[in-house]
Amino acid sequence: MLLIDCPFCGKRPELEFRYGGEAHLARPADPADLGDKAWGQFLYGRSNPRGVHAERWRHVHGCGRFFNALRDTTNDRFAATYKIGEERPAIPEAEGAASA
Amino acid sequence: MSASCRLNAGGRIDRSRPLRFTFDRKVYEGFAGDTLASALLANGVHLVGRSFKYHRPRGIVAAGSDEPNALIAVGSDVRFTPNLRATQVELYDGLVAQSQNHWPSLGFDFGAVNDVFSPLFPAGFYYKTFMWPKSAWKRLYEPKIRAMAGLGRAPTLPDPDNYAQRHAHCDALIIGAGPAGIAAALAAEAHGARVILCDEQAELGGSLLAERKATIDAKSAPSWLADAVAKLSRSAKVRWLSRTTAFGSFPHNMIGLVERLTDHLAAPAEGRPRERLWQVRAKEVVLATGALERPLVFPDNDRPGIMLADAARQYLLRYAVKPGSRAVVAAAHDEAYRAAIELAAESVEIVAIVDIREDASGPWADRARAAGLPVLSATTICGTRGRHRVSSVEIAPCRPDGKVGARSRLDCDVVLMCGGFTPTIHLFSQARGKLRFSEKLNAFLPDGGAEGIRCAGACRGISGLDAVVADGVAAGEAAARDAVGGRIEAVHAPVPLSEDEDGGRLEPLPHHRSPHRVKAFVDFQNDVTAKDVKLAVREGFRSIEHIKRYTTTGMATDQGKTSNMNALGIAASALDKPVPAVGLTTFRMPYTPVTFGAFAGSARGNLFDPVRVTATHDWASAKGAVFEDVGQWKRARYFPLKGEDMHGAVARECQAVRQSVGIFDGSTLGKIEIVGPDAAEFMNRIYVNPWNKLEPGRCRYGVMLREDGSILDDGVVGRLASDRFHVTTTTGGAAQVLNHMEDFLQTEWSGLDCWLTSATEQWAVIAVQGPDSRKVLERLVDDIDLSSAAMPHMSVREGHICGVPTRLFRVSFTGELGFEINVPADFGRAIWEAVFDAGFSRAITPYGTEAMHVMRAEKGYIIVGQDTDGTVTPDDVGLSWAIGKAKMDFVGKRSLTRPAMTDPDRKQLVGLLPEDPELVLEEGAQIIAELPADAKPKSKDAPIGQKMIGHVTSSYFSAALDRGIALAMVAGGRRRMGETLFVPMPQGVIKVVVTNPVFLDPEGKRLDA
Ligand SMILES: [Zn+2]
Repeated sequence: MLLIDCPFCGKRPELEFRYGGEAHLARPADPADLGDKAWGQFLYGRSNPRGVHAERWRHVHGCGRFFNALRDTTNDRFAATYKIGEERPAIPEAEGAASA
Repeated sequence: MSASCRLNAGGRIDRSRPLRFTFDRKVYEGFAGDTLASALLANGVHLVGRSFKYHRPRGIVAAGSDEPNALIAVGSDVRFTPNLRATQVELYDGLVAQSQNHWPSLGFDFGAVNDVFSPLFPAGFYYKTFMWPKSAWKRLYEPKIRAMAGLGRAPTLPDPDNYAQRHAHCDALIIGAGPAGIAAALAAEAHGARVILCDEQAELGGSLLAERKATIDAKSAPSWLADAVAKLSRSAKVRWLSRTTAFGSFPHNMIGLVERLTDHLAAPAEGRPRERLWQVRAKEVVLATGALERPLVFPDNDRPGIMLADAARQYLLRYAVKPGSRAVVAAAHDEAYRAAIELAAESVEIVAIVDIREDASGPWADRARAAGLPVLSATTICGTRGRHRVSSVEIAPCRPDGKVGARSRLDCDVVLMCGGFTPTIHLFSQARGKLRFSEKLNAFLPDGGAEGIRCAGACRGISGLDAVVADGVAAGEAAARDAVGGRIEAVHAPVPLSEDEDGGRLEPLPHHRSPHRVKAFVDFQNDVTAKDVKLAVREGFRSIEHIKRYTTTGMATDQGKTSNMNALGIAASALDKPVPAVGLTTFRMPYTPVTFGAFAGSARGNLFDPVRVTATHDWASAKGAVFEDVGQWKRARYFPLKGEDMHGAVARECQAVRQSVGIFDGSTLGKIEIVGPDAAEFMNRIYVNPWNKLEPGRCRYGVMLREDGSILDDGVVGRLASDRFHVTTTTGGAAQVLNHMEDFLQTEWSGLDCWLTSATEQWAVIAVQGPDSRKVLERLVDDIDLSSAAMPHMSVREGHICGVPTRLFRVSFTGELGFEINVPADFGRAIWEAVFDAGFSRAITPYGTEAMHVMRAEKGYIIVGQDTDGTVTPDDVGLSWAIGKAKMDFVGKRSLTRPAMTDPDRKQLVGLLPEDPELVLEEGAQIIAELPADAKPKSKDAPIGQKMIGHVTSSYFSAALDRGIALAMVAGGRRRMGETLFVPMPQGVIKVVVTNPVFLDPEGKRLDA
């Protein structure tokens, strides 16, 4: 079971959390301005990387807060967790390199 | 029964505590400290089971959890447990054991004809044979195969035992309490680490339990062990667990342990858990899991009496059991010599040490020769004889090119084989550690990559007691340093791998016989031979994962502990590739089988999933309600009177609501309170509806979409104040809707000032519906004017009912005049009963979810999740009117204009009336537009070649209309009003007419009755 470091509560077991999909996909300010293709990309286009993935989690059985995390999809290692609205942290080369 | 094979002295058994047990109904004696395997061997019993496929007689091969053959059933009645390894079953007084996989008896087994006809069962037999026709699988092949195959017999009675679960944290978890593990535990403890040490055996010590002459730190091995265990027991920082298997390694250093608490006891205390599942989160893990001995692959290497050499040595020294009196020792590794020398010292005749290696030399061979044991170099084994126990082996000299010379026979009653050792890297590999292949050791060794996990001793290829202990010390120190902090300096370095390691052999032994006519077993438990592996390669299998699945090698309950490396060696040589190029099959948990009970723990029966009940549950129960599960909720489905069936009850309940008044528990509806200055703006964005103009005190039916435009949920929303909304959701959607709302509020619109609070559990909801509902409530409510003028349809008032604060909604899911009383849940039962009493003179009738479903379908009200399926837009179900057209944006709005969402041929909600009014369509039934030319399909399985244009989503018998009605999603449905469509069913094609989905009172007059 993964240990996930909620930025509000600290490390908690995976069971307390709910996955929330890719992070940093801002909803367009005015969706009506987007063409069908661009809107389709917003709805369904995801990066799905092999390696470090910025993603959303919700501490649903804890504080209830959404937050972002950087997780390596090859080994499930969390490089960082951070609050919504904060910038994606730069992670040291050694940790990111696992994805290479 | 004389224990003829038991030595008079020595071993770790307690001769003062004799124990009686039965094996296949025969009574035997053993001692405390025995396993079932050692006790059987002490009684001269080698034949303990029949093999899986060929039903060949099989004996005990190993001494530990790697045992592939000796699977037996223990216990009886409710505590019957099949497929236990006899080598791990601790003896207790009165133990009842049975052999498996034979009929009528172990000695004479009818299934053994499979062995005679074995040319008919090559690798991939099932895949090749049972291919056609498809329908025969279900009726013919599968039942037959199931009857013939399988090991053991599943217990048929519910498990009477309870199982505990525990979470634990430690600095260093040390797995395996052999010399390396104990040394690591002592070192880690000495450096301040909190340690958990576990071992699958009853006693700590591992290989030390079969040492008598060796010394550690100038102490004899047994006294070093005793001192170490005493020291660990005294330490407050150490918890050691015996009979505890580390079965799986999970992310972030979580290790699953299963501790067996009562299986070794003759009479466990009542209520004591049988097993305990530990979830240990360790800062550092030290694997000291040792290595497993490999069998040698030679013709008929599976007869009872043929066993692993080091296992035989353990039986001799730990249990004081002589596995036989005349032994042939088959060696491809020096450890075989050690066993031979120890056995000879206890007057077991060593007929010969048959060494496949060209030049049997070195210190061990010298010691054997010095002890007068005959050593034959460059000699192979071509076969064995003996029906229920090996009686002789056929040996022959053999050249390096595999040419075999003149054969001779050696009589014996036991064969001890040693093909080398395979490090136990299961947990390391499960933790995604990297492995590298050592040509020298013929073994995969751990090679980093598993964070916080280090290996020590034999599991990383170290051999020799001193080296293993030193390696354990180094690992324990390093684990303590990494876990506890920087002040500790590890003083010892891991032991380097020795240059002259002995790798044993992965190849089968050469022989002179036709490879098609011999069985040289690789996987004993699944009856896979060297020939099968080679055949798989010849038939084109290249990947070891495919060879594994095709031959089933390594797929038995032992997961190939003794067989995987031999299978890999054979495959590599058949493919003419080096071993690492062929790869290694994936290690999966569990290391040894774990009971379902341990995983389930207390999550059984009513505790499997929480049961949620409403305030009126007991009342409904007492009235004889039949309940249904809706998510975790128990909901009253209908309230049958004496002798009434569901159909009758539902018809009566509907009629009561339509004619007078009914009462219904709607408490399971999700409720969310949305409060704050920006509450209305939040509502505008999350719902399709407009909210700005909704006056406080009024309600609106709200529809919520996902961003892709499909309906997520619906429900009535009451506005209590300009900054306060009382939102209801579907019963099943409550958690999902709150998550959806929180998602947008927290991540997209964090600037909005409002708060979302789940109030599902806080409010009991009592729906009072029917033309008499107002008259009933008027008697109970005094501070709310219920008149139509003061409280119109779709309004909400706050006040009191029977003195209890209430939010009273005038809403209707039945099409009748109706109210929904919300009261604090603690008052739910009292108010329910008060309403019921007040309605007594009007024959107020409790109704359940089934009547509720029928009545809402009569009105064409959808149920999200039943009539919709995650692809349905508001327009598809006729809810376009709900959308706030002037709103610039709301979640899902943009998606509604995508071309596919506005296609006129999308499925749309319609009503269906079956031509035969008595008929009730099946929900989920498919709808077609044209009657097939041949209304009866040619055969039952043949497709009728019609395009499906829709499906039935809801279907009931309507008492009000006295006929069957249905809701359906049909392509271009609203254009098809009045058309006849067809519903093909196995009994024949049903004609239906498309209608408006509102079947009853389309003008809505009854709402204001
Ligand atoms: Zn939290």
